[in-house]
Amino acid sequence: MTSAPSLWAITRRTLAKDLRLEWRSKDAINSMLFFALLVVVIFSFGFDPTAEESRKIAGGLLWVAILFATVVALNQTWTRELRNQVLDAYRLSPAPPQALFLAKTLGNFIFVAILEVLMVPLFVVFYNLRSVGPVWQLGVVAVLATWALVVNGTFFAALSIRTRSREIMLPLILFPISIPALLAMVDATTSILTGDSSPIFWIRLLAVYDFVFTIVGLLLFEPVLNAE
Amino acid sequence: MRDVVRHFGRFAALRGITADFAPGRLYVLLGENGAGKTTLLRVIAGLLEPSRGAVRVLGSENIRAVATRFGYMGHAPLLYDEMSAMENLEYFSALYGINDRARCQEAIRTVGLDPALERRVGQYSQGMRQRISLARAIVHGPELLFLDEPFSNVDLRSAKQMTTLLAAMRDQGTTIFVVTHQAALMEPVADESIVLDAGRLIAREWGIPSRLLTPYPAAEAAPHRPSADVGVSPQHPESARQDPSGTNREAQS
Amino acid sequence: MKTLFNVLAVLTLLLLGYAFCQAIFIAPTEATMGDVQRIFYYHLPSAWVAFLLFFVNFLASVWYLIGRHARADALALASAEVGVSFCTIVLLTGPIWARPVWGIWWTWDARLTSTLVLWLIYVSYLVLRHYATGGQVPVLAAALGIFGFVDVPIVYMAIRWFRTQHPQPVIAGGQGSGLDPRMWVAVLWNLAAFAMLAFLFVWVRYRQALASRALEEAHAQASLDFETGSTP
Repeated sequence: MTSAPSLWAITRRTLAKDLRLEWRSKDAINSMLFFALLVVVIFSFGFDPTAEESRKIAGGLLWVAILFATVVALNQTWTRELRNQVLDAYRLSPAPPQALFLAKTLGNFIFVAILEVLMVPLFVVFYNLRSVGPVWQLGVVAVLATWALVVNGTFFAALSIRTRSREIMLPLILFPISIPALLAMVDATTSILTGDSSPIFWIRLLAVYDFVFTIVGLLLFEPVLNAE
Repeated sequence: MRDVVRHFGRFAALRGITADFAPGRLYVLLGENGAGKTTLLRVIAGLLEPSRGAVRVLGSENIRAVATRFGYMGHAPLLYDEMSAMENLEYFSALYGINDRARCQEAIRTVGLDPALERRVGQYSQGMRQRISLARAIVHGPELLFLDEPFSNVDLRSAKQMTTLLAAMRDQGTTIFVVTHQAALMEPVADESIVLDAGRLIAREWGIPSRLLTPYPAAEAAPHRPSADVGVSPQHPESARQDPSGTNREAQS
Repeated sequence: MKTLFNVLAVLTLLLLGYAFCQAIFIAPTEATMGDVQRIFYYHLPSAWVAFLLFFVNFLASVWYLIGRHARADALALASAEVGVSFCTIVLLTGPIWARPVWGIWWTWDARLTSTLVLWLIYVSYLVLRHYATGGQVPVLAAALGIFGFVDVPIVYMAIRWFRTQHPQPVIAGGQGSGLDPRMWVAVLWNLAAFAMLAFLFVWVRYRQALASRALEEAHAQASLDFETGSTP
């Protein structure tokens, strides 16, 4: 008959399908971008910092804005699977659930990364930022931090679609668990921007967080997917 | 299946169903709304866990292990509205390990549609959507098929076409379960009819008896409800199969 | 079972009474803070008991995902609820202690902040359990319980490092920094008493959770029989 499909092949196919669907409908990207822009503007009314101060707070503001925008995207990417109950089709197939989890997480990672690429210049302009520490380190922090947000975000979004009050449930259960990662990404960014201290510990912590929760997410995804 | 029970909170949708089904037949599940037909189908297909009881499908307690051998067509289309028919089929067949464009095209042609159609599925008529949904369910060549209300909101021509297709598949050895309210449509091709009421299996007969053919039997069926000696395969000599349309079989009562 | 429970209940009351004596009368007065420091004998054991209960929740969640036993789920729920209660005690005794001693209600010191995060995580667990609907909530809650507990060491590491970078006054001055041995005695007695109390609470809640689930199933069965007018 047919051979069992490989994890990576299914992940790739599903990711390609999701990117194509997003390109055609632009559900997640549009709402995310607009929301993030709103947050940036509103924050700028609340804070009017000098250059030195702005380096200290920009890290926190940026990551909070990205966190909120990510939640918007997370709900969208799973809602798409509930339309026409098309998620059932995946569940019925022999495709491994882990592939779906990886594909959704990667997709969300790409969307949030696009958001960051668009938002960071905005931040630099609005707050007249100039980094004291090496900029490439910011890139490393961004990659690890984004993965930390989307790996747990994707899992909890899948979990919350099985509940009735899903829009409020997702941030409620995601935020507390993400606190150490948020702390790490904000403090790492701030320490790089101000050049005050080394971000190495935070980078290591984010790496550990990413590793641990990716594994846990992969292990626990199947019962959550099939919980009905 | 043995003693299958399924609760949703305080509502018991399935209340102890025990039955065996032989392969190669077309079974029609009938019953009023809320009788548990969709729930039963979803339990057999592995989408719902029974609260109690066990189900064996294709020789296995774990239906995931035999996922490549069965297909499911849901009440909802189970398709992505923003993609074309071919795109949908190519994705879903890839989930089964099939990377063959020709097979997808073949499946679409089998249900009577044109594979070259680039339009997004969301813009199809209901009849076309149901047919693509069927194509998705059969593209991997399953030997067991579950269909939940395949004819809802479908025009008569499409419905008849699907029925003919199902009969042809049954003749080639596929086992088919159909949940539907349109008993009259299935009457010419059904092998057995199974009636559910309030979560219990209350009748099981050859073909579809005439009393079940009226679409809204609510007023009539009450006095005809058979007694509780049902739930096992009807005894039948193999020779009884010579009348496959199964008409005019009165209910035992 | 009932007699065992009653015996343990009486024992716990005695323990609590004795531990109270230890804490309030027998243990020596702390040099710098005076009698206010005695709240420490409730603050620290509560924290340990809460942590222990969350660990029980973790084990119960894993057990549930493996076997889907109703008992595992009931235990997970009970341990989370009692755990959050004890965690709340820690968060309340902290400010009560801090205010007279340092004049501030709250300091973001490492341990108190970590406890707050822990509290937030398990409150979110309880929110999921109580406000999400659908028959599969135990599975979802078990997943969340596992995620939450795995996060705990990371939370502690992160906050401790954060505090070494940005120091603040530390509430528990007695943190391993040479507690008088008589104080340790009081701590341990209170720990034993609180652990027993927690055990009893969990036991009661566990039985209650199991009973309520059995009731729901009986309802479903009964409504069925009522409709068809027959009994199986």
